[in-house]
Amino acid sequence: MTIDVRAWRGVAPDDDAERTAAEAGDAASVVRLRTSSRRLLGSLLRPHRRLLWVAVALLLAQNAAAMAGPYLVKLGIDRGIPPLSGGRHDGGVLVGVALAFAVAAATEYVTKRGFLALSGRIGQAILFDLRRRVYDHFQRLSVDFHERYTSGRVVARLTSDMDSISELLDGGIEDLVLAGLSVISVAGILLWLDWPMALVTMVSFPFLLALSRWFQRASARAYRRTREAVALVIVHFVESMGGMRAVHAFRREPRNQEIFDAVNDDYRAANVKAMRLIAIYAPGIKLVGNVTIAVVLTYGGYRALHGQTEIGVLAAFLLYLRRFFEPMQELSQFYNSLQSATAALEKLAGVLDEPPAVPEPAHPTPVPAARGDLRLRDVRFAYRADRPVLPRLDLHIPAGQTVAVVGATGAGKSTVAKLVARFYDPSEGTVTLDGIDLREIGDDDLRRAVVMVTQENFLFSGTVADNIGFGRPGAGRDAIEAAARAIGADRFIRALPEGYDTDVRKRGGRLSAGQRQLVAFARAFLADPAVLILDEATSSLDIPSERLVQRALRTILADRTAIVIAHRLSTVEIADRVLVLDGGRIVEDGAPAALVSDGGRYARLHQQWRDSLV
Amino acid sequence: MPAADHSPVVPHRLRNLWRIRRYVRPYLAQMSWLLVAASASTGAGIVVPLVVRRVVDGPVRHGDPAGLLELGALALALGVVEAVLIFIRRWTQSASALGMEAQLRRDLYAHLQRLPIAFHDRWQSGQLLSRATSDLSVIRRFLSFGLIFLVVNTATYVTVVALLLHLHWPLGLLVAASAVPLFVVSRRFTRQYFTASRRMQDQLGDLATQIEESAQGIRVIKSFGRRRHQGARFAEGAGRVHDTAVGKARMLATTWSQFDLIPNATLALVLVVGALEVSRGALSLGGLVAFVSLQVMLVWPIDALGWIIANGQEAMTAADRIYEVLDTEPSVVDHPAAAAVAPRDVAGHVRFEGVRFAYPGAELPVLHRIDLDVRPGETLAIVGATGSGKSTLVSLVPRLYDVTAGRITIDGRDVRDYRLRSLRRIVGVAFEDPTLFSMSVRENLTLGRPDASDDDIAEALSVAQAEFVHDLPWGLDTRVGEQGLSLSGGQRQRLALARAVLGKPRVLVLDDPLSALDVHTEALVEQALARVLANTTALLVVHRPSTVALADRVALLLDGEIAAVGPHSELLATVPEYRAVLSAEAEGDLEAEAEGDPEAEAEDDLELDLDEEVHA
Repeated sequence: MTIDVRAWRGVAPDDDAERTAAEAGDAASVVRLRTSSRRLLGSLLRPHRRLLWVAVALLLAQNAAAMAGPYLVKLGIDRGIPPLSGGRHDGGVLVGVALAFAVAAATEYVTKRGFLALSGRIGQAILFDLRRRVYDHFQRLSVDFHERYTSGRVVARLTSDMDSISELLDGGIEDLVLAGLSVISVAGILLWLDWPMALVTMVSFPFLLALSRWFQRASARAYRRTREAVALVIVHFVESMGGMRAVHAFRREPRNQEIFDAVNDDYRAANVKAMRLIAIYAPGIKLVGNVTIAVVLTYGGYRALHGQTEIGVLAAFLLYLRRFFEPMQELSQFYNSLQSATAALEKLAGVLDEPPAVPEPAHPTPVPAARGDLRLRDVRFAYRADRPVLPRLDLHIPAGQTVAVVGATGAGKSTVAKLVARFYDPSEGTVTLDGIDLREIGDDDLRRAVVMVTQENFLFSGTVADNIGFGRPGAGRDAIEAAARAIGADRFIRALPEGYDTDVRKRGGRLSAGQRQLVAFARAFLADPAVLILDEATSSLDIPSERLVQRALRTILADRTAIVIAHRLSTVEIADRVLVLDGGRIVEDGAPAALVSDGGRYARLHQQWRDSLV
Repeated sequence: MPAADHSPVVPHRLRNLWRIRRYVRPYLAQMSWLLVAASASTGAGIVVPLVVRRVVDGPVRHGDPAGLLELGALALALGVVEAVLIFIRRWTQSASALGMEAQLRRDLYAHLQRLPIAFHDRWQSGQLLSRATSDLSVIRRFLSFGLIFLVVNTATYVTVVALLLHLHWPLGLLVAASAVPLFVVSRRFTRQYFTASRRMQDQLGDLATQIEESAQGIRVIKSFGRRRHQGARFAEGAGRVHDTAVGKARMLATTWSQFDLIPNATLALVLVVGALEVSRGALSLGGLVAFVSLQVMLVWPIDALGWIIANGQEAMTAADRIYEVLDTEPSVVDHPAAAAVAPRDVAGHVRFEGVRFAYPGAELPVLHRIDLDVRPGETLAIVGATGSGKSTLVSLVPRLYDVTAGRITIDGRDVRDYRLRSLRRIVGVAFEDPTLFSMSVRENLTLGRPDASDDDIAEALSVAQAEFVHDLPWGLDTRVGEQGLSLSGGQRQRLALARAVLGKPRVLVLDDPLSALDVHTEALVEQALARVLANTTALLVVHRPSTVALADRVALLLDGEIAAVGPHSELLATVPEYRAVLSAEAEGDLEAEAEGDPEAEAEDDLELDLDEEVHA
């Protein structure tokens, strides 16, 4: 069964929604990503430089100890046995060899254990660092980015991509380095033991090299594909789990299953392709190795037969050859973790390269106590270049004024709110708070001064008190309850099974939409900002709650600047001033009562609203 | 969080992993092939040292170049066969292991879709996601490598030890004895590692939840400037994962190096004893070389054992975590006698009879004793204060939850006696919180009715005043939802309404579907909706007097009970509580003050209170 992914998904406004160039796939961006992922890797490793050297030293020691084994076997056979045979019972050499062997084994044990523990520590520290960096960067990126990137992808980056990297760190690196080390040291030892035989061995090198190069190229592509496929699976999964109510109510299950099967199968196919490459590569290496061993056996046997080499040397040679090809074999096992980790790292580097569209100033102007004087000067704004939402807006809101913004859907009301809250920066012009450009104010100061409440009112899982307390770090229980009382949320909260300590569950699912909105209000109130923006913040409230909120608002808004956007004009009536927006322009501006008596647009809206109340 | 407090002590740890065999069954033939190929290739590898012995003891000693060539050709043939067998194994493996993984993921998803809303209310999708991705790939790795090499390596071990015993039994016995310390080491490791890997998986799941929440709540985090706070919380969770992982790494370091030490130490002993035996003439030189190279064959299988055990432990944890979900019985299901009923055979007479409802795990019921009768074609509005249980009440009709006691009937038949698919065709729903999926507008609209024609869609769009979709860049094909074009709250609500209407349900359940619309649009939608409601039974949760006008009768829900039912004007005149909930603000103010509303009092000294607290 095949489902065309595009058909059901529809056309996205920006089909390259991922926005990291990883998906674009053109040569230039691939190169760019590779460079930046390398840079990222470098910066992750740098803090652990010293420990890494220790780890390398341990690994070298381990390698040396492991390499000693076959040579000691050779010594045992060639030098240890002859003194014992023929009536002489001189076991000194043999005991010496056995002791050396025991020392080598003990060294290998200690160094291996030390290396594994140390590399585990370094690896986890790197992972921890990377997780935090990516998480923090996501948090720094603008709302606009998140809208396009989607939470499913964020989750994919921070879970399955991290898993790939952790898999590599868990076992891959060691094998990678150890394999390289043994290849070099074995080659050296072989040359020293018997150079003609070593030269025969080296005929295999070009084959190994060619095979590895082919695999590297082909698998890089294949693994990038699997990362993309798994992201789609994750996105669909997260979305359907999040919208399960609608899924059930509309009997969406079969169709969902169909889609999930399609993306799941796509992921499987991508994986199969990648695994098949290994299915060719790994036995390929094995084949080259085995042929070499057979050739060396014959040639070495021939040399031994003619007395050109000793039997012990032949035995050691064969043991060394195993150590030469086996790690390469394992390398192919871990090459796949390497490839998928590289692909993951590229994706993460892509995210970290994404510049925050709303960057924090490097040298912020401190605003310890904002008064709340807002000014939008010559502001132009467009989400898409060809469709200006605000063609040119000039607006001054003196400190302490409550301004209601009304207008039809798409008039630009929410945009004004988002610009003041600096979710976006204007395309042209400036937005200032107390005369300071918002772009000059540090995030902490700005957020302490300006708070926005929307109709979305997202709650985090946790207690009601936690959610209110989110508004102000370190707020005590008294302050939290006082804020709830002020908004009129106290009564319903107390009626919950565990009062303020009730877990609101996933996305506040335990509360009704109206209750969530009350909690969101209390949260904003507790934050006590100089500027409060209410974007449709009362739309889900029922009339009694709205009444309570409204009464509270009179007090709350009394000494601060406020921008209120509401369809229900009851909220608007408490404003000092009303702005009517149309097509991003201010068409009416005045006190509510004055506008009603003027008989303009606002007056008409007002009439409509009064009629709807009966 | 059910996942977090799950105790890792399971009576029989292999039980859940064993249950995975169901997924292996279709690939049994391939798996046996795999096993054969793996054993054969290992066998071919084992034979090579024997060939070496023949080379040393035969042609080299006797100066026989022809015999040497023969043996060389044999080694070459064995080498090629081994490589080909490995190729076959890996090629087959890729398809079968991935096939099993995909099937398990598919079943997990299907099961999750069958589980009731109550389950999804409790489980964070991060926890579910980590099961569908990382746990499944652990199992895949176990099935494709761990399991096979467990068998092959054990077989190799036994074969090689048998061969060694055959070559020289005292030395062979020495090698066989090395199994004892190996066994001791792996037992200790197994116990510790299981607990650690379970803890790790759970912690990763919690972390995923945190990631998801902070991506979805990004606006709230930004508007309160709580980035650093969230970052610190995340670092805490990531730190827990880090600590567990470091602990795991330490366990692995100890065990793996011990697995390395034991065969090496044995080798040293063998060398000494073997040399003595050669000097006594009890063993040939070629025999010793072969013995040693054979014994070297044991190093890898033993070494790998550490990895395999770790992998097996992780697979057991993963299987436990997956079966935790798969074993949760869907509680809202068709019972055997449930009937399939076409919507056209339904008149739409909805009755609530003594309905009581408590959320699972909650002590206090949300709804106490609900009796309601909605006649076919009638529209009943449900009115009540925030949190009085209105949304819960209406979500019982399409069985998003099942009643705790009492029953709900449609045309006299218990809703539980309808097949779920029929019931949910009969009942159409629009929630206040409209969920749009990341797909085309068309697909979103036709969720409940995939066969809808363009005319049907146009009609539904006109009822919901959602013709704006034609102005979207690609019209009905525009992708909306999380990954598509973002729509305003009002636009989303109108699409959700259109979706509910499009299904032409006999019973329409609308949960405050117009709250985000502006007054003008709301009036238009109400006009159009009135036409639809004329011949559809409807339950309408409303907050506004304007929407109440759509209803024939109103039921007032007060503290989980129906306090009054009647026409709007009648209730307004006779029921003071109704007035308090639904009438315009002026009266309400008086009301609250007259009643001595505690909140009203609280607010009087609020200014003082808060000024002190906030600025403390």
